[in-house]
Amino acid sequence: MALFWQQVVSGLASGGIYGALALALVLIHRATGVINFAQGEMAAFSTYVLWTLTANHGLSYWPAFVLTLALSFAGGVAIHQVVIRPVERGSQIRVVIVTIGLLLLLNGLMTWIWSGEIRPVASPFPSGTFDIGGVALAYGDVGTIAVCLAAVIVLWAFFQFTKVGLALRASAVNPAEARLVGVRVPWMLGLGWGLAAMLGAVAGVLTAPTTLLTPSMMQAILIYAFAAAVLGGIDSPIGAVVGGLILGVGLSLLATYVDFVGTELQLPVALLVILIVLLVKPAGLFGKTQVKKV
Amino acid sequence: MSARTLRALVAFVVLAVVVYVLPAFVNDFRAQQLAYVGIYLVALIGLNVLTGYTGQISLGHGAFMAIGGYTTALLMSDHGVKDIYTIPLAVVVAGAVGVLFGFPAARLSGLYLALATFAVAVAIPGVLRRFEGFTGGGQGKNLFGTPELTASITPVKILGFDLNFNNWIYYLSWTVALVGYVIAWLLLRGRTGRSLRAVRDSETAAVSSGIGLTHAKVFAFGVSAAYAGAAGALFAIATNFVNPDTFPVTLSIFLLVGVVVGGLGSLTGLIVGAVFIQFMPLWAQNISKSPGAPAVVYGVILILVVLALPTGAAGLFARVTQLARRRRDFQKP
Amino acid sequence: MTALLELRDVEARYGPVQALRGISISVPEGSVVAVLGANGAGKTTTLRAVSGTVRRSGAILLGGKPLRGGPESAAKSGIAHVPEGRGTFTELSVVENLRLGAYTRRDRSVKADIERMSTYFPWISERGEQRAGTLSGGEQQMLALARALMGRPRLLMLDEPSLGLAPLVVREIFRIVRELNEKEGLTVLVVEQDARIALNAASSAYVLEVGKVAVSGSSAELRDDEAVRRSYLGY
Repeated sequence: MALFWQQVVSGLASGGIYGALALALVLIHRATGVINFAQGEMAAFSTYVLWTLTANHGLSYWPAFVLTLALSFAGGVAIHQVVIRPVERGSQIRVVIVTIGLLLLLNGLMTWIWSGEIRPVASPFPSGTFDIGGVALAYGDVGTIAVCLAAVIVLWAFFQFTKVGLALRASAVNPAEARLVGVRVPWMLGLGWGLAAMLGAVAGVLTAPTTLLTPSMMQAILIYAFAAAVLGGIDSPIGAVVGGLILGVGLSLLATYVDFVGTELQLPVALLVILIVLLVKPAGLFGKTQVKKV
Repeated sequence: MSARTLRALVAFVVLAVVVYVLPAFVNDFRAQQLAYVGIYLVALIGLNVLTGYTGQISLGHGAFMAIGGYTTALLMSDHGVKDIYTIPLAVVVAGAVGVLFGFPAARLSGLYLALATFAVAVAIPGVLRRFEGFTGGGQGKNLFGTPELTASITPVKILGFDLNFNNWIYYLSWTVALVGYVIAWLLLRGRTGRSLRAVRDSETAAVSSGIGLTHAKVFAFGVSAAYAGAAGALFAIATNFVNPDTFPVTLSIFLLVGVVVGGLGSLTGLIVGAVFIQFMPLWAQNISKSPGAPAVVYGVILILVVLALPTGAAGLFARVTQLARRRRDFQKP
Repeated sequence: MTALLELRDVEARYGPVQALRGISISVPEGSVVAVLGANGAGKTTTLRAVSGTVRRSGAILLGGKPLRGGPESAAKSGIAHVPEGRGTFTELSVVENLRLGAYTRRDRSVKADIERMSTYFPWISERGEQRAGTLSGGEQQMLALARALMGRPRLLMLDEPSLGLAPLVVREIFRIVRELNEKEGLTVLVVEQDARIALNAASSAYVLEVGKVAVSGSSAELRDDEAVRRSYLGY
């Protein structure tokens, strides 16, 4: 029984990471209608930035973390303004290809700058476990859950209570009407990309201690994030988070209790989730069904 | 036969002649590189049917190449089948999987299909590793020196010529490519081509005009998968082994890059695309020796091509010839 | 009376289609002016030209100064444009719609203004958290009006406020518009298909036909001229 709860907690931790990255995907999809295939590489890039700040520039962890968030924000805005804006209103194929180009570009850039060497990254949380009711919980897992929760709550508050957050929400659903009340919609969309990049940075930074830092670190996580976003509903922020948690716990329990799946088949399971949801209930758990008239 | 078809036929014959004569003029290493161009061309011809004609985006065709490649490798190493006989089987197996996948895929649109196929591409290596008993796990299958591999040790005699391995692979892959090109051309003429194109241009219109939308999409998926399977089989034969890392997700992406750079929807640019896929990493090395350089160059070029040229290189070519033709017309009295 | 808004020879096109072929309109400060005409005459395009939602040429002056740029700068200059179909943010709540109306304002009285809106639209204070998309057509129109007023605009532009609404509701809306004009001196430019109700509220009107001004004058003149009423106004 203790094993069960340990796996649930560890599943919540990875689920928090999937949810954070899924939230980034949903944010961008709501704002600009784009599925950002490069979200994982952006997150990995941010993680490398953090690593460089701590390893080569001697910053201690949390200041480096904050600086990384700021730089990630700037990077997200820049990417939107330079690369996405010219194509976001055209055909879907073009936008997909641009984000794929971005994926390649960032992946290659990481290898170029930092080489493909596997690097260990220190976790900001103490190692080891503590005991609650006979269940050993890892500090790392609990810390991860806390950080993801904090990120989601801060973001939620931003959207609910600030003027800019309101403007962003308006721009996502009614850009033409938003312009009429004076909102600079293109900047709002850029802001959305910046926030998404920050979320990605959080996801990447929390993943690195476990998976070790390599340029391809986030590729599998991206698939899990896609599955979470699809499961929750591609336009639903709540869905992304809930979807992530469900997926994280589900995969963790499957890996532990179903030998056939183990750890190697978690990715195909996520793929199956994507396919099944898209075919059976494309709107996901929290999304609204789109009526397609023919 | 219309003037346009005659022109196309002449161009094709010229191309075939050039292809078959070329190895006499290039060194062995170059022949090997050009052999891979032929292999990528086979895959691109198929992918073009899917993406260029029906507009469905696949980021997972490397997986179909893997299926073809593994079919060939397993038939050769575990069942002693001669290499060229495995190719049709690889085509059939990959094509069948493509048709099976085509049914759920047909119900997904644009971005979601790209997402699903991307997930397939990322997941495949893990699956191959998992079923070790069948696939040879992480080690894969080694075909070097096996008797089923033609010309691997001693040259093979074809039509009175002695071909060493690299030349043999060159002719094999380009023959498959040229034959495949003709088959595709025949397939896409007339009604089939029009129904496929109708899917791309307007799904609503296609449905209301009674064209079997699902059938068209499944057909396109199956055909493109079959071609990818052939390419994968050739790849396995050419490189002499397969393992889970032979067909990574970047391969799937590079295939899409090739179709985009060459020109979505046009057969002419595909050779450009195949050349691009094969030689770009080498050209990128001139910029920097770093292993990351090719991906950076690919990425930048991909972004620039999409931003600047909506129809790829072939579109540019078509536009230029159109302009030239128009100027000629205006000069007539 | 000086003109708050002036259009001089304004042209506008949608791609190859020319929607406005040189129209000149003058809206005096503190008045209500109506723009009438059949479908496709260019009425909506006129408002879009003013708010900068469509590309246009010719001079557009607000308070004597030329208006340039897109809708964002028009909003900042004090133009509130309520588009066809109300432009409600259906996913957001009633109060959030109102807050957005005040987007360009930097002062601190926004909350007070929301309460002020309840005097014109009493149901707003009760249904503040309701999703705007669940309101009835008439309520959405009033919400759109309230939203526009939240920006404390110099000029209010209404595009077909009567569209899809029951006559009682339409009358109520125009009553509120007249009240705003008389009590607070709000300048209003209203586009309408229903000429009769528009002329009751407006002091002057322009009738458009295929992108040009066919007839203009005070409401009284247009109402009394039977030929004009028959050919242009449909009654």
